[in-house]
Amino acid sequence: NYIIGAFKPACNISITFSDGKTRKQVPLKKENGKTVMVPLFQSQENIAGKISVEPVQGKKVEHNGIKIELLGQIEMYFDRGNFYDFTSLVRELDVPGEIYERKTYPFEFSTVEMPYETYNGVNVRLRYVLKVRNYTPPPSINTSIKMEVGIEDCLHIEFEYNKSKYHLKDVIIGKIYFLLVRIKIKNMDLEIRRRESTGSGANTHVETETLAKFELMDGAPVRGESIPIRLFLSPYELTPTHRNINNKFSVKYYLNLVLVDEEDRRYFKQQEVTIYRLADTS
Amino acid sequence: MISDAIEDEEKWLAEGIAGIQHNAFYMHRALDSNNLREALKYSAQLLSELRTSRLSPHKYYDLYMRAFDELRRLEMFFKDEDKHGCSVVDLYELVQHAGNILPRLYLLCTVGSVYIKSKEAPAKDVLKDLVEMCRGVQHPLRGLFLRSYLAQVSRDKLPDIGSEYEGDGDTVNDAVEFVLQNFAEMNKLWVRMQHQGPIMVKDKLEKERNELRDLVGKNLHVLSQIEGVDLEMYKDTVLPRVLEQVVNCKDELAQYYLMDCIIQVFPDEYHLQTLEILLGACPQLQPTVDVKTVLSQLMERLSNYAASSPEVLPEFLHVEAFTKLSSAIGKVIAAQVDMPIVGAITLYVSLLTFTLRVHPDRLDYVDQVLGACVKKLSGKAKLEDSKATKQVVALLSAPLEKYSDIVTALTLSNYPRVMDHLDNGTNKIMAMVIIQSIMKNNTRVSTAEKVEVLFELIKGLIKDLDGTPMHELDEEDFKEEQNSVARLIHMLYNDDPEEMLKIICTVRKHIMTGGSTRLPFTVPPLVFSALQLVRRLQGQDGDVAGEEDPATPKKIFQLLNQTIESLSSVPSPELALRLYLQCAEAANDCDVEPVAYEFFTQAFVLYEEEVADSKAQVTAIHLIIGTLQKMNVFGVENRDTLTHKATGYSAKLLKKPDQCRAVYACSHLFWVDDQDGIKDGERVLLCLKRSLRIANAAQQMANVTRGSSGPVTLFVEILNKYLYFFEKGNPQVTSAAIQGLVELIRTEMQNDTRTTDPASDAFFASTLRYIEFQKQKGGAMGEKYDPIK
Repeated sequence: NYIIGAFKPACNISITFSDGKTRKQVPLKKENGKTVMVPLFQSQENIAGKISVEPVQGKKVEHNGIKIELLGQIEMYFDRGNFYDFTSLVRELDVPGEIYERKTYPFEFSTVEMPYETYNGVNVRLRYVLKVRNYTPPPSINTSIKMEVGIEDCLHIEFEYNKSKYHLKDVIIGKIYFLLVRIKIKNMDLEIRRRESTGSGANTHVETETLAKFELMDGAPVRGESIPIRLFLSPYELTPTHRNINNKFSVKYYLNLVLVDEEDRRYFKQQEVTIYRLADTS
Repeated sequence: MISDAIEDEEKWLAEGIAGIQHNAFYMHRALDSNNLREALKYSAQLLSELRTSRLSPHKYYDLYMRAFDELRRLEMFFKDEDKHGCSVVDLYELVQHAGNILPRLYLLCTVGSVYIKSKEAPAKDVLKDLVEMCRGVQHPLRGLFLRSYLAQVSRDKLPDIGSEYEGDGDTVNDAVEFVLQNFAEMNKLWVRMQHQGPIMVKDKLEKERNELRDLVGKNLHVLSQIEGVDLEMYKDTVLPRVLEQVVNCKDELAQYYLMDCIIQVFPDEYHLQTLEILLGACPQLQPTVDVKTVLSQLMERLSNYAASSPEVLPEFLHVEAFTKLSSAIGKVIAAQVDMPIVGAITLYVSLLTFTLRVHPDRLDYVDQVLGACVKKLSGKAKLEDSKATKQVVALLSAPLEKYSDIVTALTLSNYPRVMDHLDNGTNKIMAMVIIQSIMKNNTRVSTAEKVEVLFELIKGLIKDLDGTPMHELDEEDFKEEQNSVARLIHMLYNDDPEEMLKIICTVRKHIMTGGSTRLPFTVPPLVFSALQLVRRLQGQDGDVAGEEDPATPKKIFQLLNQTIESLSSVPSPELALRLYLQCAEAANDCDVEPVAYEFFTQAFVLYEEEVADSKAQVTAIHLIIGTLQKMNVFGVENRDTLTHKATGYSAKLLKKPDQCRAVYACSHLFWVDDQDGIKDGERVLLCLKRSLRIANAAQQMANVTRGSSGPVTLFVEILNKYLYFFEKGNPQVTSAAIQGLVELIRTEMQNDTRTTDPASDAFFASTLRYIEFQKQKGGAMGEKYDPIK
């Protein structure tokens, strides 16, 4: 439904997917802030449907041939209008000629390789002209993150996150164990930070956003106290981690544990976690 | 400054309340329109008001209660899945999305409560999750209130035995575990409160902390309400775990409060069966903890329990409650080196009270307690601390009250040893208490041995103790004390004369040490007590057959003689004289003439040598006359000697009227109105005439010295004596003599220079009326009177 500027306005063009009624639809935020529902595909799927071209009443449409393209694009916002296509598939639907009345063409791209997920970032957007979402099987190795950190004679803590890889609807379970507390802590938060780096080499641009700020503890603990962590990821707008997509960009996630003392000094420790998308079980 | 702070706090509270109300309004609207998302949003905002750090516990509580009410409404909404269309499991997750921990956990507890009610998950799992998650709030005040909220909403949902939430397996354990954990965490937070804020406001902090104690204590109350906590579980799990917290928190306020709480909320039979564990914790408490009050409370409860039903008593013996308590107290005293002596004694008082109530038959226990007390006191100077003294008095009074029989206390070997540690003043007070106890209960102390112990106890009253200057004593107090001793002497009694004599000897031995100020108080009762014995012996004449029986009147009289003699050192001749006369009378009744004579002799000697005051002489002579008149034991010779002396002294009194009166009183010595009484009419008349002469002389003296004659009173009195003897049939007293006397009085009354005295006139008039009356009555007496006009 989402082919931009490929046709002249002299006619109405509509696309229906053959499984359009049953295919899952997900919301997508457009640039103007509006949310529209778009059908969802994943890699290796067949994309098939019909396209119908209907000239405006009583007019004929001359064309130099009708073709349908499937594009995978990366767009840097600082370089707007310049698309980098990493995927481009074309199907010729008609030879040049004229259309006088509504005409429907079936099309199919079978087992399309769509290596990357759709991604809307601060500085970068990865989109398919179709929306693509790839599911990853649960990682076979998913160790917990356990670490002891501290400032000498001041604060020693040990924290543990139950995994190093979380899926988008996952729950972070863990605990913070206070080994030594000599400062007056006011509270402790767990932040989820997203680091998006675009470009390469000298042109690399890094943007970091805090997507979640979740208070773990209120007040000052004493030595020996252990504070539970349970953070549901579902309320936050996370995406899977992207590592070096076509040498254009990367998206990484970090858990940042922040302790704030009574003088509002911040003590923090940042740990990368991998976010992945798990197939919906439904 | 302070008022500013208070004002500020009021302002903050008002702001908080306004915030709650504002959000509550929107929350209600969301609830009414079944909008879950909005409801959660506004409830979280509402709860955010509880994140304040600026309020004192008191004000915070106010705020909390308002939030609490709103949470009840929210809970109702949560319960109704139809309204919000979200399963409770999802809801349980949903509320955890809240970014701030405090609102998040309040909401979690609220949903958790609904979750348990829905029974979609075992209660124990939900509870465990909740109590764990609440760890996130480490701020003492906020944490305490949050956990208090948790305790509140979970109270009726514990997987207790018989509860609808009881799951499979041993879920009481889970219920107990949950409450214990919440308790432990709350206690930690509570104890930690004292370390918040500057030292300057420490007192204020302590006060504020104290206000929060019931939040912590409530958990113990909940534990006590769990049906499934039987004795075994209490003993094996609950008590050790609670005590572990109490001991380890090392905080005075918490330890005292929680120990008290444990004692108050759990049943007595549990305490009885777990005494060892509970008491074991006491020496481990901080030295500043008021253990004595804690232990006193415990013993108080246990003794009430023992009193509640006799069936439980064997249990007390079985668990050796006394021994355990006693040793625990010993350990506490040993552990708390700085404990003031008053604290230790208070503990012993409590233990003693316990013993007296639970084991009234075990005197050895009582003595043991006193012994322990002596041990504690030994090596120290007499008690100076008035509070400690008070406690010792309480300690010593307790057995007296319980046994209502001093005799029991007298068998306690440590009793006097404790008393020795009192200062003199208190020792006296204690002695008074003992005496009063005897009086109140009308206890007879019936052996010389006990009397000996008793007097040892009250020696503070009996004699001067070292270093009590007499002048410091208030005279009234002293009198009262000595009167008490006097009363006490009457309580010493045994039916067996021999023993009674021993008692008297013992008493005598002690009171003789009393010194001149006490003897006048103590000798009379002793004398009378001995005289009582004499009369008893006299009453059972026949029985006193045994010659070697030492309790003979003779012997007692000897004793009495010596006793009264001691009064000469006082000196108190009038008193001694009276006592001699009493003894003489008793000797008369016992028919021992020489003894009676001796007593009279002593009385006369005193009269001659010691009684100088004219008024006292008058009184004494009348007493002598009165006593002598009653004597019938004397032979003629002795009697003559004595009556002669008496009349002689009478006539030698200083004032004429006194002489006159004494002399006419002497007339009775010659006319005893008994069957065998002496009836010497002639000498009666001699006396009367002599008195008349003296009256005349008195009248003339008055004329000379004042220019007016005195009243006729003396004459009228003499007339009355005449009439008496006339009626008794004394042949020497004739109607003519009476007639003459009446005439004489009439003449005197017409004397111009006479000073009128209405009393004597009336006296005379009524005497004449009497004569007239007798005449008119007729009969033999009437005839006799007839000649008198």
